[in-house]
Amino acid sequence: MKGFASFDTVLERLSVGRLWDFPGGVHPAQEKSLSNKEVIKNLPLPEYVYVPIKQHIGIDSELLVTLGDKVLKGQALTASENPYAVPVHASSSGLITAIGEHPAAHPSGLPEMTVTITLDGKDDAIATQGISQYKEASKHDIISAICNAGISGLGGAGFPTHIKSNTIKPVEFLIINGIECEPYISADDRLMREHAWQIRQGIDILHHLIKPKRVIIAIEDNKPEALETMSIACQQQSEYHVVSVPTKYPAGGERQLIQVLTSREVPSDGLPIDIGCVMYNVGTCFAVADAIIEGKALTQRVVTVTGKAIDKPQNVWAKIGTPVSHLLENSAFDVNKQAYPRIIMGGPMMGFTLASAKIPIVKITNCILAPAAKELPSVEDERGCIRCSACADACPVSLLPQQLFWYSKAKDYDVAQEYDLFDCIECGACAYVCPSEIPLVHYYRQAKGDIRAQLHEKEQAEKARIRFEARQQRLESEKQAREEKHRLAAQARTKALNSNGGGAKDKIAAALARAKAKKSAQLQPSEDSVNDGASVNANKEKLSPSETASATKAEAKND
Amino acid sequence: MTKLQVASSPHHHNQRDTGAVMRLVVYAAIPGIAVQTYMFGYGVLVQLALAVVTAVVTEVVILEIRKKNTERAVKDYSALLCGLLLAISIPPLAPWWIIVIGTFFSIAIVKQLYGGLGFNLFNPAMAGYVMLLISFPVQMTAWLPPVSLTIQNVGIWDTIHTIFTGYTATGFSIAQLQATVDGATMATPLDHIKTALSEGYIISEGLNNKIFNASMGVGWAPVSFAYLIGGLVLIKAKVINWHIPASMIIAAMAVSAVLSIYDMSTHASPWFHLVNGSLIVGAFFIATDPVSASTTNRGRIVFGALIGFWIIVIRTWGGYPDAIAFAVVLMNLAVPLIDYYTKPGTYGHQNKVRNMAKPSPAKKSQQGDK
Repeated sequence: MKGFASFDTVLERLSVGRLWDFPGGVHPAQEKSLSNKEVIKNLPLPEYVYVPIKQHIGIDSELLVTLGDKVLKGQALTASENPYAVPVHASSSGLITAIGEHPAAHPSGLPEMTVTITLDGKDDAIATQGISQYKEASKHDIISAICNAGISGLGGAGFPTHIKSNTIKPVEFLIINGIECEPYISADDRLMREHAWQIRQGIDILHHLIKPKRVIIAIEDNKPEALETMSIACQQQSEYHVVSVPTKYPAGGERQLIQVLTSREVPSDGLPIDIGCVMYNVGTCFAVADAIIEGKALTQRVVTVTGKAIDKPQNVWAKIGTPVSHLLENSAFDVNKQAYPRIIMGGPMMGFTLASAKIPIVKITNCILAPAAKELPSVEDERGCIRCSACADACPVSLLPQQLFWYSKAKDYDVAQEYDLFDCIECGACAYVCPSEIPLVHYYRQAKGDIRAQLHEKEQAEKARIRFEARQQRLESEKQAREEKHRLAAQARTKALNSNGGGAKDKIAAALARAKAKKSAQLQPSEDSVNDGASVNANKEKLSPSETASATKAEAKND
Repeated sequence: MTKLQVASSPHHHNQRDTGAVMRLVVYAAIPGIAVQTYMFGYGVLVQLALAVVTAVVTEVVILEIRKKNTERAVKDYSALLCGLLLAISIPPLAPWWIIVIGTFFSIAIVKQLYGGLGFNLFNPAMAGYVMLLISFPVQMTAWLPPVSLTIQNVGIWDTIHTIFTGYTATGFSIAQLQATVDGATMATPLDHIKTALSEGYIISEGLNNKIFNASMGVGWAPVSFAYLIGGLVLIKAKVINWHIPASMIIAAMAVSAVLSIYDMSTHASPWFHLVNGSLIVGAFFIATDPVSASTTNRGRIVFGALIGFWIIVIRTWGGYPDAIAFAVVLMNLAVPLIDYYTKPGTYGHQNKVRNMAKPSPAKKSQQGDK
């Protein structure tokens, strides 16, 4: 199969440090040195934390707490029986003062169900119990500990870690992603430099769970210090390979990194596991070690606060739910240095602008970027496409971005899908190089959204059609059954009349006689029954002629 | 805090816009233009000035009529570049109205009528050239020999006089200027060989002329090499990809090699085809026009190779000595088809899970037949 190197080939090349490449890619200015010089700082506690109850791809959970509850750091706020749900935890101690909608850390900025905790400043934690001898523990115990700690991929997608780790398919390569290819961000860099040993512990746990043939720890070559510390931390493990990957955006994309390390391509409708690979971010490994060895839930993460409008760019330990404004205030953010107020959550290539600084840090937030006036100028001067294909040369997925642009803009969505619109990873490399400054990714997002909406509508319409047709069929069959019944009854009556005509007439005569006898009996009633009869008559008089008519009609309808 | 501004990612952008791309192409053409001026006189510069002014004025007027942003369009330098490419393609002493009509046609009809930059089907400069060549064949083929071979020294004043009146200040006509010391009229290298062959001479006899220096046209070959340098700079600066120039030159040389192996006496060598005429400037500056060329890298190889093929075919059997314009315009027509069939393979589509799991419909029907 094309693009599928065998395990031995991959190993051979890894051992001599030869890698593959992915097509396209760009080399934007790194700007990582703004923030990667100093150790990760601890910030004073914020006044409030806003913990959205769903911070991962998966299913919503149920709330375990109510308004006014006192919670401790590490206490679970949600729980669910569903295996795809991941709980969220209080990131510090305090009082729950609101449960409701709050602007979310999402490109749409739409509000999301959020638990607001007013912190008491004590930062008291619940008692924790780790699994000290995890190698003796059952796989199930480790997996549930990872799940209960609320870990979902810290790299960006937020896929529940326990699901990924609970694989039954054989894994050749467990890949640890320390690439951090987005400019400006240095959170993983600092984490690897300062906590290589704990990351290594996390990798050991995942190794024990997944039992891969080899572990590859991939770090971009613009982070020599992290490469060194990780190499030292992993030197006793002969199955671990710390690999230096040439700096190129987006080398840290899951599919791109797998291609660089193994030359294998993840099927467009499949998962890395289909080609024997599983990937975790270094931050996730760190959190896994916390969860298993200490029993600590995921309540904080490293966030880079950077950009030239920040006077003190740095990496900080941010509690999950900390409002972005708190990070900015503690990093000397100077709004006057900006041409207009603009805060980006994530990196300059794939991050999204925030509509409000009250938006909280979530498990996948790795960077808060506040660019100065001339930094990252926003592109407003969209011109016509000159078909130069600079975008196609930059596309890491080998799409034809300019064709996708034409078809997306023209709303010719069928053709856009023929050109594999949904394989676009929205890395932004095309828009980065476009000389006509066309916001290409924006057009693709719109097209994808429209197609999804259409699909949803179509599904709804299809469901409605099926329901309607089923009803029609039911009504039709009922009508037929009724007509059949009437027909049979009529037939029976006719038959009875014809075959036994005299008998029928006798019956009628008998019935008339019975009625006469009854009537004569009523003419000599007792005292009590006179009153009864009167009341019956009175009731009859109350019914006006029109009411009688409508009653008759109703009866007819019922028929 | 005041209201935050929201925008779609990416927020990063490299600083090379359309104008910068076009300007780089213009700069890269400077060595070629300089050598061309040195070899063929000031006429090159006068034509250039006429073309650029006509191109920009036409662009502005049409965009005003179309109620579009004119300032932005002028700043993208595309009209200027179009005029430049047409100006270096025509004889330096051609009458002024040739370049004016040609440039107007290129900008107004070929570019703007199709919707402006990015929408034109044909390479504007080359479509303009084809129109001129068909409509005014005499003026369009009246190339003067290189300055080193002429008797008359045509100064700048004479040049301007000739372009605007048809005669030099001292009253010589273009036909007179074309004459050499021995009185024979001189043509371009390609013209000369074509004529020689039609008169029954063989290639080696045709090359035995003072306009050739070991099969390289005097004056012409240095111009080609100067454009080659500019072209290589463009590739190095990633303004153009190597695919079109490389495939075009290789294909032209391959086709001419086959022909010359077949019959060396009547078919010129690949080297002759490379250094004479406008193969090199065409390969690097003309066929690489992004708007009208193929947009996939595999497609560009096909596009370039077929242009190279047509160039040799037209040079050998066609009615015109050179063929860049015809070949380019012809292949512009084929671009949508080429693009359609040269889509790159998207990541992860060779090994779709669905393909692996389910038998293909064809297989199914076979099973059904059993």
